[in-house]
Amino acid sequence: MTTIFGVPAAALYGQILIGLINGSFYALLSLGLAVIFGLLNVINFAHGALYMLGAFTAWLGLQYFGLNYWAALVVVPIVVGLFGIVIERLALRRISGLDPLYGLLLTFGLTLVIEGLFRYWYGSSGQPYAPPPQLTGGVNLGFMFLPIYRGWVVIASVIVCFATWYVIERTRLGAYLRAATENPALVKAFGINVPLLITLTYAGGVALAGFAGVLAAPIYQVSPLMGSNLIIVVFAVVVVGGMGSILGAIVTGYLLGVLEGLTKVFYPPASAIVIFVVMAVVLLVRPAGLFGRGD
Amino acid sequence: MAARPLLEVRDLEAWYGESHVLHGVTLSVGEGETVTLIGRNGAGKTTTLRAIVGILRKRKGVIRLGDRDLMALAAHRVARAGLGYVPEERGIFASLNVEENLLLPPHVADGGMSVEDIYRLFPNLLERRKSPGTKLSGGEQQMLAIARILRTGARVLLLDEPTEGLAPVIVQRIGEVIRTLKSLGYTILLVEQNFRFAAKLADRFYVMEDGKVIDGFRADELSAKSEVLHAYLGV
Repeated sequence: MTTIFGVPAAALYGQILIGLINGSFYALLSLGLAVIFGLLNVINFAHGALYMLGAFTAWLGLQYFGLNYWAALVVVPIVVGLFGIVIERLALRRISGLDPLYGLLLTFGLTLVIEGLFRYWYGSSGQPYAPPPQLTGGVNLGFMFLPIYRGWVVIASVIVCFATWYVIERTRLGAYLRAATENPALVKAFGINVPLLITLTYAGGVALAGFAGVLAAPIYQVSPLMGSNLIIVVFAVVVVGGMGSILGAIVTGYLLGVLEGLTKVFYPPASAIVIFVVMAVVLLVRPAGLFGRGD
Repeated sequence: MAARPLLEVRDLEAWYGESHVLHGVTLSVGEGETVTLIGRNGAGKTTTLRAIVGILRKRKGVIRLGDRDLMALAAHRVARAGLGYVPEERGIFASLNVEENLLLPPHVADGGMSVEDIYRLFPNLLERRKSPGTKLSGGEQQMLAIARILRTGARVLLLDEPTEGLAPVIVQRIGEVIRTLKSLGYTILLVEQNFRFAAKLADRFYVMEDGKVIDGFRADELSAKSEVLHAYLGV
């Protein structure tokens, strides 16, 4: 058997793949968190719950409306985005301008409510969600066996992350968003509807979480606590990448996913904490994050 | 004084949090006129502009532009009434390049300058259009701050200390730009510490002190008023 640094190559590649898949979710989720934090100054603790809501919406859609996977990929982010609009209009707007702690507490409370409701309705055990028939099975790449669905997750997340980056960094709407992140009062004085921009940004950010939830449904079980398990790591990713940095959130998401995978190969006991170790080191050495502007 | 005031401010009061900073500002700017607010630091000149554009929301009194009541408008609708604002700190965005900064403020009326016109007026900006906005020199940033509102079609410009902290040669260049705008018929309300600079541009002056307008005079009264002015400005 081929080995690399004394580790079977297949295990190494396998863990890198798992790392990339986890990284895909880290990237999608931390990207939304970073955009929301940048403009709203809200640390959106509900992000994990909205990711879970995305997975559940896909599952419920399939159970009760025959909504297939491909339709869910489009419909679910819209549903979760609309839910985000309600949250922003009814709750977050009322605490804008206050200390970010208020937003954190409010969204933490929302998380407890949303997760509690789903636990009450569906119990804590997971619901299975089959991958679409087009993406079942796997291919032998020669050096490893690649389940097609997992490859798809990585590709879909890269495409969506890139598209989001493009919209923010290269379009007029993105320029409004970046400018409003820097100086909302002045952007308003230029005649741009900043309150609407804030609502759309929150909706867009949580729609990404909903999209990630659909992607995750066939891999992990659809369970009420699936978001809580992930959100803490995602916060660490955002801190490492730099709060409010778009590119930072994406790149850091994939890097830390792979790092976690590699740790599982070389020193499994550390794999659960390696991301937090990196976070601690980054906070000590570069408090603004790897990609932060440092001001 | 022009026949019909285009921008009219009456008994304007404003607060920063609990502190009462404007105590009844009354002024008017006629169509095509250039009017300068002068006064010492902290007299309330910048605050007056911020209250007019609606950045400062805690305010009371009358602000009218033509027949529009600006007090009644949400902050993001004021500019749409035809107002262009150049803030004191210039407000160039670091995460936007020069061209994005230039294209940021939306059109508020027809008849704004085209991007080509603007680059002709400010050739430096064309050369540096892909640089991040805040990598420009102070003078270039000031040009950019003025240029970007000329695109919007706004005919009433509020300029807050456009010469602050700039080298004399740049100040001269900005003076030329403002003179050009004046000749194009723009209505300008200018806040300026640099009285020599303002004296050559403005048709009329208002003197502010302690959050109030305490005096006003025309440019042709300047020499007769010079003594009082020295007292006001402490120069």
